[in-house]
Amino acid sequence: MLTVSSVGRVFPGGIEALRDTSLRMDESDFIALLGPSGCGKSTLLRLIAGLDQPDSGRLDWNGGPPVPGDIGFVFQDATLLPWATAEDNVFLPLRLRGMARAEAMPQVQAALHRVGLTGFETARPRALSGGMRMRVSIARALVTRPRLLLMDEPFAALDEFTRHKLQADLLEVWKQAGCTVVFVTHSIYEAAFLARRIVLMTPRPGKIAQEIRSSLVAAAETRLDPAYAALVAEVSRAMAEALA
Amino acid sequence: MRWAPALFGLLALALWQGAVWIENVPVYVLPGPLAIVGAFMADPVGLLTALASTLLVTFAALFVAAVLGGAMAVAMSSSRLAQAAIQPWAVALQVTPLPAIAPLIIIWVGNPFVALVVCATIVAFFPLFANTASGLASAPPELDDLFRLYGARRWQTMALLRLPAALPYFLSGLRISGGLALVGAVVAELVAGSGGFASGLAYRILEASFRLEMPRMFAALVLLALAGIVLNFGLGAVGRMILRRRGVA
Ligand SMILES: Nc1ncnc2c1ncn2[C@@H]1O[C@H](COP(=O)(O)OP(=O)(O)OP(=O)(O)O)[C@@H](O)[C@H]1O
Ligand SMILES: [Mg+2]
Repeated sequence: MLTVSSVGRVFPGGIEALRDTSLRMDESDFIALLGPSGCGKSTLLRLIAGLDQPDSGRLDWNGGPPVPGDIGFVFQDATLLPWATAEDNVFLPLRLRGMARAEAMPQVQAALHRVGLTGFETARPRALSGGMRMRVSIARALVTRPRLLLMDEPFAALDEFTRHKLQADLLEVWKQAGCTVVFVTHSIYEAAFLARRIVLMTPRPGKIAQEIRSSLVAAAETRLDPAYAALVAEVSRAMAEALA
Repeated sequence: MRWAPALFGLLALALWQGAVWIENVPVYVLPGPLAIVGAFMADPVGLLTALASTLLVTFAALFVAAVLGGAMAVAMSSSRLAQAAIQPWAVALQVTPLPAIAPLIIIWVGNPFVALVVCATIVAFFPLFANTASGLASAPPELDDLFRLYGARRWQTMALLRLPAALPYFLSGLRISGGLALVGAVVAELVAGSGGFASGLAYRILEASFRLEMPRMFAALVLLALAGIVLNFGLGAVGRMILRRRGVA
């Protein structure tokens, strides 16, 4: 779907956030970008989203460049409009492309249903828990039926129980929606649990060190599966080597 | 606890009245509270009419300052050129002392009411302008990114993100400017009063002081202070109500 070819990004001030980074994303991939703080994960995600431009290298989209709605983005904070209800927050992407409220509502309801928020349509962000706010944020990203879903440490601010629940639910959503997910995290456990492909990144300058493929089929008991423990060990070892 | 301020006030008034009685202070030096109430009761219509005239100037100025300050903040946040052009002038306006320019304005603007409103607007303008401007820029950068990701037009980002984000800032600016507009109106009246065409409360104060009618002067002062308090709390309550209705307070 998208091929990133040897992109580089140097920020004013001389910080080389990305050097010679190449990555191919296929339909229905689930890719985790894993690495310590400052290794350029967010920078790469923003380049893919078109929110920032590379200084070198190129992005090639299979089937033409993306139009608004082709890409969904979930940030570390839910970044909802505090004055708008859950429904209106999810409606926003459709509203921005000029769709009328009544016309959009079936899609909005479906997106909220997918993340388990039926019944909370008219709640304001203040009245929702951190996990529920993140669910609204995911529903907002899904409402345009994106081909590519970009997530930048979406669960980092949540407690562990909520995080596990949202991880499991995200896998369900991904299977149903069939989109490609690029998921930024600095948790080895999270990457190993979620991703089909785990891309290890290292800082100064930010670049991709290695990719590890997973054959786990994540389910409720995956965390108890010896294969999961083995994958975590493999990723930990590879990460330690890459950073040495 | 709720009654503490009222109780304290009453106690202070009683002490004041007592001191005036015991020390036999002449009324033209310091009138007691009873003399002040008496002065008000002697001409309630005249004083309240004067208050109404001052408040009319205050509200007109507050309205103009809200419209101008809001509009200029929006213009500034939508264009770098506007920002470069407007900002220094806004600051210059803010640091210019009103008493220094009020006589000029009164001479230039023929209509006395308009001249007073212009003066009070100059004082009330800046908090509304500056607050709205920082409110327009207050949305987190991720929301800006989100709007860009979905190809939002500039007016859409303004209407759906910047303006709603600026509302609480605008409302607290309105509260600050309410008090300032009253002060501006009074200062302008004081300057204009000597020009001889004022009907407001400040002119009553000036007039009473010329005639050494201290109780009447104090009565006008008390009215002014009460009006300022009511204005401040009233604007605060309106702001809170609006924000509560929008579910953000
Ligand atoms: N807008 C910017 N201007 C200047 N430097 C930047 C900017 N954005 C990122 N950087 C720098 O680029 C480097 C990579 O940043 P990036 O945010 O991509 O890291 P990250 O892997 O997402 O880290 P984290 O896990 O902390 O989010 C860092 O050194 C950062 O300071
Ligand atoms: Mg980051």
